[in-house]
Amino acid sequence: MQKSLLIDPDKCTSCLQCEMACSFEHEGSFNPARSRIKIFEFEHGKRSVPYTCTQCAEAWCLHACPVEALVRNPDTGAVEVRDEVCVGCKVCTIACPFGTVNYNPDTGKVVKCDLCGGDPECAKACPTDAIVYVDSAWTGFDRMKQWARQTDTRPMAGA
Amino acid sequence: MSWQGQILRVNLTQGVAKTEPLNMEWANAYIGERGLGTKYLYENVDPKCDPMGPDNVLIFATGPLNGTMASTSGRYAVLCKSPLTGAIGDSNSGGKFGAYLKYAGYDLLLIEGRAEKPVYLHIDDDNVEILPADDIWGAGVWRTEEWIKARHQNPQLKIASIGEAGENGVLFACVVNDLHRAAGRCGVGAVMGSKNLKAVAAYGTRGVTVDDPGTFMRVVRETHAKLAESGGRRELTEGGTHPMIDMMQEWGGLPTRNFREVQFEGIDKVNPAATTAPNERGHVNLITNKACFGCTIACGRIAHIDPEHFTIVNRPEYRHASGGLEYETAYGFGPVVGVDDVDAMTFANYMMNEHGMDPISFGVTLAAAMELYEMGVLTKEDTDGVDCGFGSAEALAVFSEKTGKGEGFGKVLGLGSRRLCEKYGHPELFMGVKGQEFAGYDSRALQGMGLGYATSNRGACHLKHDVFGPDMEDVSGNGKAVPVKESQDMVSMIDSTGLCLFTTSGWGPEDFVAQLDAALPGEWTLERCIESGERTWTLERMFNLAAGLTAADDTLPDRMLKEPTPSGNAEGKVSELDRMLPEYYTVRGWTGDGRPTNETLSRLGL
Repeated sequence: MQKSLLIDPDKCTSCLQCEMACSFEHEGSFNPARSRIKIFEFEHGKRSVPYTCTQCAEAWCLHACPVEALVRNPDTGAVEVRDEVCVGCKVCTIACPFGTVNYNPDTGKVVKCDLCGGDPECAKACPTDAIVYVDSAWTGFDRMKQWARQTDTRPMAGA
Repeated sequence: MSWQGQILRVNLTQGVAKTEPLNMEWANAYIGERGLGTKYLYENVDPKCDPMGPDNVLIFATGPLNGTMASTSGRYAVLCKSPLTGAIGDSNSGGKFGAYLKYAGYDLLLIEGRAEKPVYLHIDDDNVEILPADDIWGAGVWRTEEWIKARHQNPQLKIASIGEAGENGVLFACVVNDLHRAAGRCGVGAVMGSKNLKAVAAYGTRGVTVDDPGTFMRVVRETHAKLAESGGRRELTEGGTHPMIDMMQEWGGLPTRNFREVQFEGIDKVNPAATTAPNERGHVNLITNKACFGCTIACGRIAHIDPEHFTIVNRPEYRHASGGLEYETAYGFGPVVGVDDVDAMTFANYMMNEHGMDPISFGVTLAAAMELYEMGVLTKEDTDGVDCGFGSAEALAVFSEKTGKGEGFGKVLGLGSRRLCEKYGHPELFMGVKGQEFAGYDSRALQGMGLGYATSNRGACHLKHDVFGPDMEDVSGNGKAVPVKESQDMVSMIDSTGLCLFTTSGWGPEDFVAQLDAALPGEWTLERCIESGERTWTLERMFNLAAGLTAADDTLPDRMLKEPTPSGNAEGKVSELDRMLPEYYTVRGWTGDGRPTNETLSRLGL
């Protein structure tokens, strides 16, 4: 079963544990500036939104790469960067419509979410389940369930 | 090692910024943040200096656990000599700024001198610039943050700044970071303003590493889980600190109308339920909760004001969400001033954040003015034509703004309660210690709290000790000296880690020690950490003694010592400070006049 990150902004408190976990996994230090997932705050923190790569099936970044440094991991479905091939041209950062591929000036390579090889650290670190890792085919399951709960329309229900 | 290993020293008189190695001997003796900042302050400031003069220094100190995955790792301290108290000023804040100062590569920032013209400090890794702040001098915190981010085209900058209150020398001005987190107490913002320093903006890409990553991550997983499972943590997540107001009401320790009473008849209009129930127009005050950096508790409140409320009906710029009421703000804008209007209280909270003021000191100062007004000492002529009696939501709203902006009677309120009461010939109406106003707990109803207030090195403060347990078990002063002393040392230790005191809702002392031990080289034991806390406490005391404070300053207002509690669990009681204080000095290893003995000093390596 392929899995995806499922993000629920309503649960996010903007604690940045995910950013620290991501950078620790990939860079060996706690360093939000090098995180592949970012939290965005709106209206003085009324809403906090985690955002990262959705691993497009037709990945624009992958198609745009001139040296085939971006490859799909068949097990996880993640598009991963082969550092030894990446030449740092940044074309993929332009191609990605969502801005989730970024350049690391320290290494001269691009970085993006690779789902940590199938065990994403951000989801494990999130204290509120705003980020979870679930069946790719059923990312809407909980939301369907929430709406389903409201479909009991019998007259006098619960009266 | 979880230190970056360097500090940044900025001399604003000379316009020079330079780095120097972190003094590891001091870091090992004082842990970090509050303790380490105290040591740097002690070694860099003449305690007799004019706190508003160029000889005072302003220190932003991080701790060893800042910026790590330890829960609540965003706490940083701001230290200086306080203009409000003349004693050591030590205030801490959450938000994200502290972690990012460290990510920029600096464990501590030390500001000396005074800039000739308004400036702000821009820190982006090695790039440190002192830049003109003319365009934002006179602006509030919110516009300042927006302007600096736009000016540098870097929305990821984290900013600590002062509002107009800090510029105007309001003696309880604070340093606000990330829009609504603040190093609130002791007037640290006034000192920043006296240096013509509007803001410090930091962004960094230097990750923080730890000494033993494997152990550290295991300990962090355990401590996260422990906190997640704790009932106290859950209460903080759900209600913030606000529910304490119902507890204090029930206990009879909720200071009301400048501490004349200890229970508030309007409680139902100022408690958490009042922020979650729709008002007559269907508006609900509270929106959600929010975390500081690294925090798995998220006790912060995000609220919004009813757009039809008198405070903002003609001011659409305040219709957005921002920081909501917590316990101390609810107390400071509610019972202590007799106001029972949640929207007016939330508006006052916005004013504190935007203009940069301590809500506790502001509320208690306004409460004293209200008492003077009811006594006829102050009249409408003094108060800009505003009805300033207890319960006036108009006075709360008007003066929360005017005080920040330094307008009219707001200028007088900006002096703080002690100076205001002295100015009008009634010093006995000042409710605080060493010039700093009380938090929302009555010293007669909570005897250990009263001893903690009296002996707190930064003036009245509820967060420098933790004796709720003993206070609720026994309403007398019996046996309070030991838990006050021990918890003061413990809190000093926790305040020195870079983590938040509220983690004690789920953690014991050993949890802090385990995280420190994994993050830092060397062996960190509970004994060593507690001793470090005691060392910090004692060094703070030495600063105060050198500044000219004496045992006579370890006291409470006559209202606490002589006027019996009018109701509640401690009805009829007065503070037993006269009995507790000598016992406390003995427990501390201090002389009868409150000076650490040579034996105590040498035991602590001082």
